[in-house]
Amino acid sequence: MLIRKPDALYGTNIPSSEITPKDKWLNRRSLLTGAAAAGALALGADRLADVLSPTRTALAAGKLTTVKSQLSTTGEELTQLQDVTSYNNFYEFGTDKADPGHNAGILPTRPWSVKISGLVKAPKVLDIDSLLKLKPLEERVYRFRCVEGWSMVIPWVGYSLSELIKVCDPLPSAKFVQFTSYFDRKVEKWTSESNIAWPYSEGLRMDEAMNPLTLLTLGLYGDVLPGQNGAPVRVIVPWKYGFKSAKSIVGIKFVDKMPATTWNDLAANEYGFYSNVNPNVDHPRWSQKSERRIGQPFYAQRHPTLMFNGYGDQVASLYNGMDLKKFY
Amino acid sequence: MKKSTLILIKVLVWIACLYPQATLMYGALTNNLGPDPTKTITFTTGSTALNLLVISLGITPLRKLWSKLSWLIKFRRLLGLFAFFYASVHLMAYVGLYSSFDPNTMVQDILKRKFITVGVLAWLLLVPLAVTSTTGMIKRLGGKNWNRLHKLVYLSVSLGIVHYWWQVKQGVLAPLPMTLILTALFVARPLLDWWKARKTARLQAAKA
Repeated sequence: MLIRKPDALYGTNIPSSEITPKDKWLNRRSLLTGAAAAGALALGADRLADVLSPTRTALAAGKLTTVKSQLSTTGEELTQLQDVTSYNNFYEFGTDKADPGHNAGILPTRPWSVKISGLVKAPKVLDIDSLLKLKPLEERVYRFRCVEGWSMVIPWVGYSLSELIKVCDPLPSAKFVQFTSYFDRKVEKWTSESNIAWPYSEGLRMDEAMNPLTLLTLGLYGDVLPGQNGAPVRVIVPWKYGFKSAKSIVGIKFVDKMPATTWNDLAANEYGFYSNVNPNVDHPRWSQKSERRIGQPFYAQRHPTLMFNGYGDQVASLYNGMDLKKFY
Repeated sequence: MKKSTLILIKVLVWIACLYPQATLMYGALTNNLGPDPTKTITFTTGSTALNLLVISLGITPLRKLWSKLSWLIKFRRLLGLFAFFYASVHLMAYVGLYSSFDPNTMVQDILKRKFITVGVLAWLLLVPLAVTSTTGMIKRLGGKNWNRLHKLVYLSVSLGIVHYWWQVKQGVLAPLPMTLILTALFVARPLLDWWKARKTARLQAAKA
């Protein structure tokens, strides 16, 4: 593993967005764009050209003021912004990793409201500005591990979801939280590329949602979220596989039974409701023992996968007495 | 066809066939293989192998359809061998970048993960075809036997497509276009044979 001295990156209160010049995150691969375009004789390499020259997605000009967080992961090299924004799973905007970066810019992120419903004292609708102002925004660096076997290290911006849940005032009967993602076939014209029953739905057990690590996420790299990363508001559950971290949330519902979730509905044997990162439980089609770190050279990409993605100290107790091979 | 034209087309086909590999090598040297270099390498080599196999299978139906295109046969071996080359690089990418050269992991993967099982099988089936691709081997086997042996390519490419389907996430339809093209090619052969037979029969009937 590439261990960098934590102090070198996080020694002061400077957000990392100010350490690496923005040009650098954005321009790394621009040189090759010309070369890739020159060889138009693509034979099965049509996608390659796409990967090599991803459209630069302009970030909305919305610098966010953040404070440092004790819950931030240290000692990891950050994945470059260009990779974080050009390698995404967001099937509403296409199934290829580069598609969301090209297509998700049309997400109408303002005005945006999130409907709080279900087992709460008073259902309500919160707009994005009130979410941005609800609590001081923190920068939280987390490892992000996709069920497909790749990973990133991303400086997210947000605050613990528990802060919002407290404001929502759920009833004692609320045992689970269900997140619903934005869905509009007129905007998301790519939904027919996959056989998924939209809108995307995800869920957490109440204690998982209340864990301080679970982040209500409003930005990354010091800016508001780009469309492809789930603008304008999503959750990040760093000890679970990435698909648990629902994007572009329009609904948060408190329920008493385990809610239906998109990937679990599609293939329950591959994607469990819990889906905690676990190197000891293989995906039926591939091993989860190791992962490919995005943005590193091919010969150095493979890293061992950590139990609970390395967040066991904070979350292992949530699953005391549970057989994690059964409840994968 | 003029000899110079043929040479020109040959050069172009070689360039087209080498292009994906060249891009990968250039990308590897300059650390420019996209966000997930391992996946870029496996996806590019795997899909190029399948594309080339499908194209090589299209040659016979095209020749049957237009006799003017019969010169295409001169490229079938080249395309087939390049397909084998990319399938081999694809396999090596798995061995080096996914299993990290660990024999135990490889055995476990082949036994436990059916998409890897069929993938390895598809590659194994291509080996005898590549070995017997030389003119000398065709002569030694005799045309009939050689033809019979090389029917294995249908099985291999089908397994390759299955390998693709089983690898993508449930609900993802990316392998669909290639599957449809291959199905069309499978159907095209008996259909064209039947059409030709009918045409010959009619001609003979007209003569008599």
